[in-house]
Amino acid sequence: MRPLFDTRSNPALVWAGVALAALALLWLPFALAQVGTSWVRIANYAILYALLALGLNIVVGFAGLLDLGYVAFYAVGAYTYALLASPHFGLHLPFWVVLPIGALVAALFGVLLGAPTLKLRGDYLAIVTLGFGEIVRIFLNNLSRPVNLTNGPQGIARIDPFSLGGVDFSQPQAFLGLALSGPIKYYYLLLAVLVAILVINVRLQNSRIGRAWEAVREDEIAARAMGINTTHLKLLAFAMGATFGGVAGGMFSAIQGFISPESFVLVESIMVVAMVVLGGMGNIWGVILGALLLSFVPEILRWTVEPLQRALLGRMIVEPEVIRMLIFGLALVLVMRFRPAGLLPSAVRKRELTDDRAA
Amino acid sequence: MDIFLQQVINGLTLGSVYAVVALGYTMVYGIIQLINFAHGEVVMIGAMVAFSVITALAGAGLPPLALVLLGVGCAVPVCMLVGYAMERLAYRPLRRAPRLAPLITAIGVSIILQHLAMLVWTRNVIAFPQIIQTEIYTLAGATVTSVQLAIVALCVTMMAGLAWLVYRTRLGTAMRATAQNPQVAGLMGVDINRVIAATFVIGAALAAVAGVMVGTYYGIAQYTMGSILGLKAFAAAVLGGIGNIPGAMVGGVLLGIVEALGAGYIGDLTDLCQYGWLAGLLAEHCAEGGHFILFGSNYQDVFAFVVLILVLVFRPSGLLGERVGDRA
Repeated sequence: MRPLFDTRSNPALVWAGVALAALALLWLPFALAQVGTSWVRIANYAILYALLALGLNIVVGFAGLLDLGYVAFYAVGAYTYALLASPHFGLHLPFWVVLPIGALVAALFGVLLGAPTLKLRGDYLAIVTLGFGEIVRIFLNNLSRPVNLTNGPQGIARIDPFSLGGVDFSQPQAFLGLALSGPIKYYYLLLAVLVAILVINVRLQNSRIGRAWEAVREDEIAARAMGINTTHLKLLAFAMGATFGGVAGGMFSAIQGFISPESFVLVESIMVVAMVVLGGMGNIWGVILGALLLSFVPEILRWTVEPLQRALLGRMIVEPEVIRMLIFGLALVLVMRFRPAGLLPSAVRKRELTDDRAA
Repeated sequence: MDIFLQQVINGLTLGSVYAVVALGYTMVYGIIQLINFAHGEVVMIGAMVAFSVITALAGAGLPPLALVLLGVGCAVPVCMLVGYAMERLAYRPLRRAPRLAPLITAIGVSIILQHLAMLVWTRNVIAFPQIIQTEIYTLAGATVTSVQLAIVALCVTMMAGLAWLVYRTRLGTAMRATAQNPQVAGLMGVDINRVIAATFVIGAALAAVAGVMVGTYYGIAQYTMGSILGLKAFAAAVLGGIGNIPGAMVGGVLLGIVEALGAGYIGDLTDLCQYGWLAGLLAEHCAEGGHFILFGSNYQDVFAFVVLILVLVFRPSGLLGERVGDRA
């Protein structure tokens, strides 16, 4: 039987599909805005998490290094942006200067973490990265004395929003007869960045580097025997993952306008890991699906669980926030138990995780 | 000198608690090479259960010691049950999976336990009932409280008991055999599943007591208290050599002392005003006995992680570990 959409005999169908998806994504914020502006914000954060998950996927999915302190790079990017574009130091550099600096600083931190930990394997690496994430957070919390660098637990407020050629992304604006609110403008910006990073990821996966990462993940000793410089490649994975984390952090800073160490706790790292694991480690589309699912489902629950409890029981017993965290925890446990390669497994991972032999 | 001694005493107290928690990590790791990330949450649940029991019975007119014993007596079985359920439901199905799979599961279990505890005991900081009259003794200029003495004594007793269990009983022999080679141990008639479950349950019982001790020592408990404590205990286990039972004891005590001394002295050490040429540079801060302290005691929690990273980088087998070098 011929499949309904035989893309092989009719390649134009692929492009038609892409065009349809693009149209849907462009139209989406207006549909969401009909429901409520907060849903546009939720969509923005979902894209932000997708960016983070894609970055972490390079480290965890491609290179097979479990990083539990990924939020540290997010924090570094966010704080770099906040310090260079806020009244805290009186600096107001434009975002196209600050974002690359943030990405660079984050990459530097990635190498800083990677260099001493490269010879560690699997679970040890996970715990050390976790410790690294905590150290970064403790420093952010305390670097307000003796010189006030980070303003401590109070965080940094009034961070500059993105602005380009007089267009301020935090203000509503009319464009071609469409009323664009601040969040909608950020949505398009985030979407553009997501597409860019997506393209980089897809190109990376099948490149020489991507295949070398896969080799390192599958069998490090064999990879080295094949002439792959495993040290360089692992460092590169850390640096690249960190770079994307830094970019996402900078955007978070600008969108939020306020950051504090509270935003960069261990749970955030674990949430991003949950997204990558749920979607399918190493599969770019799976990771995006994981990020979207774990961003939207808790929000939908938040909107249904509270009224439901009030209607049925008369008061709220289970807070939505708790349900959100329980979903994250259950997602990790259940996926590992029943579908260890994730919802959309990558071909290689599937083979590897159903194998009886320990990796 | 008295400050030094005081820090050592405080470090010893906390360190012996770390040691007891670290034993849980190290036993599980020794047998199935799993970092049981959720072990810290078991400590928290122990503290919470004891808190509930003690508050519920506070009005019954029982002597304080009986109350505490009742609290511990309820916390231990609950935690053992949690430990058993965790092994049975979450980890056993993954016994043959790649190493990262159970670790990810453990993170999930940790989050689930933490938030279930939050449902039961709210998100607030709970004041642990101070029912034991604390006596204060002075020793060469430093003070020791009766609670500290009790904690150290209890920890030493538990560690001795565990050592006896592991090295002198049939179950202990089975545990060590399983740690060395599960397949062969199975062929020799050891019921591996039972031994692994027993390891989890014993570790959970120790964790429950540790939880009560931490709660009594700090006077507070919260649903998040387990994660940082668990991480520190894990660092202690790694410091001593993971998988190695005496190592966990040594590592725990050592980490406690390092942390206490570090927190006590880092402020003085990083006061730049005491270094001649720097004081000149920072003249406006250092004038009239002023200080320019880079890192204060608020960096206390960093020490455990720094120790962890240093040990893993320079001596991954830990202080007493010998056969585990290839695992790191």
